Amino acid sequence: MKTLLLVALLLLACQAAAEIGTVKNVSGEVQVEREGRMLPVEPGFELSQDDAVITGKDGRVGIIFIDNSRFSAGPNSRLELARFRFNPTTHEGDFVTRVRRGTVAVVSGQIAKHTEDAMKIETPQSNLGVRGTKFLIQVQE
Amino acid sequence: MEGFAIIITTLIAMVFTTPQEKELIVLLPDDNGKVGALLVQGAGGQILLDEALEQAQVGNGGEVRSGKLDEARIDEIFAETLAAQPPKPVTFVLYFQHGTTQLESTSEPVLEKLFKEVASRSASDVQITGHTDTVGALEDNDRLSLQRAEEIRTFLIGRGLAVKRVRAVGRGERELLVPTEDKVSEPRNRRVEVLVR
Repeated sequence: MKTLLLVALLLLACQAAAEIGTVKNVSGEVQVEREGRMLPVEPGFELSQDDAVITGKDGRVGIIFIDNSRFSAGPNSRLELARFRFNPTTHEGDFVTRVRRGTVAVVSGQIAKHTEDAMKIETPQSNLGVRGTKFLIQVQE
Repeated sequence: MEGFAIIITTLIAMVFTTPQEKELIVLLPDDNGKVGALLVQGAGGQILLDEALEQAQVGNGGEVRSGKLDEARIDEIFAETLAAQPPKPVTFVLYFQHGTTQLESTSEPVLEKLFKEVASRSASDVQITGHTDTVGALEDNDRLSLQRAEEIRTFLIGRGLAVKRVRAVGRGERELLVPTEDKVSEPRNRRVEVLVR
């Protein structure tokens, strides 16, 4: 029983570390906060669930996730990748991001296309249920 | 004096509790001109956005109102962010000669286009999926489809794409483009699909 639990935990850990998207373009100051550490970001940087993407006052970043959804963020933004599950064969999954501050442009991908409301975006004051496809979010502090 | 202090305190409280628009959400048409939908829910209401440039503004108490900003103002707020959007992922389809990993001659120019697309993108990654028609055994087709995918992978790596950025899988005859009976030679099913993003 203990072994089973350990295996399950290990599997969970592996899943969490899996690549969910790639940073495609970066300008200015862009960092990723992962497990309390700040990592520098360059094009090709692979993102995992629970990462937070942070741009500085001149920072901009573009990301494509493995379900083909696309995000970009402008200066002074914080985007948290709270939950990402995706089955590339069936396109089932769920995808929750949090925009804490700044400006974000989103084009939804296969997760939202397959299941209505499987893609959600949370802001400090609201929840967005995504039925497709392209939209903009600004969160002022 | 005490009354004055109360008035000041009340004024300060009013400033801080006056609803302020903290969040703006705008629905846009997608790259094909299609407009989707977005449900915006706050503690004090909800709005379904389903028209191009329709907006919701959310206050710091979670009240949701429809927004009335003009296009120029929206552009001003989001121009830099929109400019950072990565290009849309693109799919290429390459066709193969019966039972081989030899490209059909009509697919040679597509291979060049594919390479150009890969090279034009920043940090591109490529997902290659090989397929076969239904001639031959299932296991043989699994192997052949993977060989077809790897042929394209080898080509791209030979042209300078980083090994870790390109993945190849074979789906055999499990995902026919044109549904057929077993043992049917169908050129459109002998293909490799390449997703570039």
